[in-house]
Amino acid sequence: MYDFTYEKPATVADAVKLLGTDDSAKALAGGMTFIPVLKQRLNQPSMVVDLSKTGMVSIIIVSGKLTIGAMTTHGAIAHNAEIREKFHGLSEMAGWIGDTQVRNRGTMGGSLANNDPSACYPAAALATGATIVTERRRIEAADYFQGMFTTALEPGEIITAIEFPIPEKSAYEKFRNPASRYAMVGVFVAKYGTDVRVAITGASQGGVFRHAAMEKALSANFSPDAIAGIVTPATDLNSDIHASAPYRAHLIGVMAKRAVAKAVAA
Amino acid sequence: MPDTNFEQPQTPAATPLAMTLHVNGRDHLMALDPRTTLLDALREHLGLTGTKVGCNHGTCGACTVHIDGRRHLACLVLAAAAQRRNIGTIEGLAGPDGALHPMQAAFVAHDALQCGYCTPGQIMSAVACVAEGHTGSDAEIREYMSGNLCRCGAYPNIVAAVREVAANAQQRS
Repeated sequence: MYDFTYEKPATVADAVKLLGTDDSAKALAGGMTFIPVLKQRLNQPSMVVDLSKTGMVSIIIVSGKLTIGAMTTHGAIAHNAEIREKFHGLSEMAGWIGDTQVRNRGTMGGSLANNDPSACYPAAALATGATIVTERRRIEAADYFQGMFTTALEPGEIITAIEFPIPEKSAYEKFRNPASRYAMVGVFVAKYGTDVRVAITGASQGGVFRHAAMEKALSANFSPDAIAGIVTPATDLNSDIHASAPYRAHLIGVMAKRAVAKAVAA
Repeated sequence: MPDTNFEQPQTPAATPLAMTLHVNGRDHLMALDPRTTLLDALREHLGLTGTKVGCNHGTCGACTVHIDGRRHLACLVLAAAAQRRNIGTIEGLAGPDGALHPMQAAFVAHDALQCGYCTPGQIMSAVACVAEGHTGSDAEIREYMSGNLCRCGAYPNIVAAVREVAANAQQRS
């Protein structure tokens, strides 16, 4: 790691102020990605602003809306009984991130701020039309995700909470890399009445995206059969040592069918 | 990802950071470079070398310790961020008389190791796994122990050790 100073402010306002004093100051949430990045010297912050004392740890469900504080860990989300009952797809997603050690420290706000193209939460956020709440504004998921590791966040802007409209039915399926547990392909399906939304993570070079053809078919008939014939073009999908683009295209179909089957049965 | 296993030259820190770490029931007042991870603080500054450096980037689980009773990766936690927390390491598991923790005894009884390098992390993780109640089946144990790699492949014996401790814990309760 390069040299940095360490600050642990007690409020979000103080954290924003510290981040504002210096262009190369960076916020630290759980650090499950940021600390490895520092170790590899891929980033050189002058100051690390630890958000762990600022609160932002809460899970609130009120009238069909789930609000999760940005510093809430994956483990806390996965173990929350109310989320498991009312928003099963998100509960399962949180429980499949990394391993227990990572889930005990990694946070939803940190993951969304990083926007790793293989991260899970972007799929849930985009499929449900979630709102990313920062200390200065509210950002719709559709506007928030702007490509791999790229978001609408401005320098020094801190995510404080994420609001999810809870779907009537939801499910997540991922084909996980057996070592890293990152999604090689992850599919989140959310059903609101006759409106069905499908978001894919782990597959595209541009990060998370919605699958229009599947959404149209599922909105007309919410069953795995409805999307059985839909072929996803491999253009713009990732190719790496774990999977080729055509393989990922195939996996999208398989994972989507499994997710729909699970949502139907739930 | 680039290779991160080699030691990179460190630029000297301007000012060390004063901090108190609460480890295995004792307070330690320290002045450390802000970049120091909890793992390095334990090993290099407190002499608690039971916690191992494996991959040093959060993949292998060899550095697993307990923070407020939950398992965490000491290599991905800044020491400064672990202040005012109860940190538990493998050195704190055995009783004051040296009596092994049931999980340590089970690892010995089941020969749940070969080289032993991953073992402190495996045991800290296994203790937490039992406390969390993720021991309903061998498959569940494997899933919830998946953050700890063993390159010798002692997995079947590790699962057997965890299974036995979980069963005994259930009998006692």
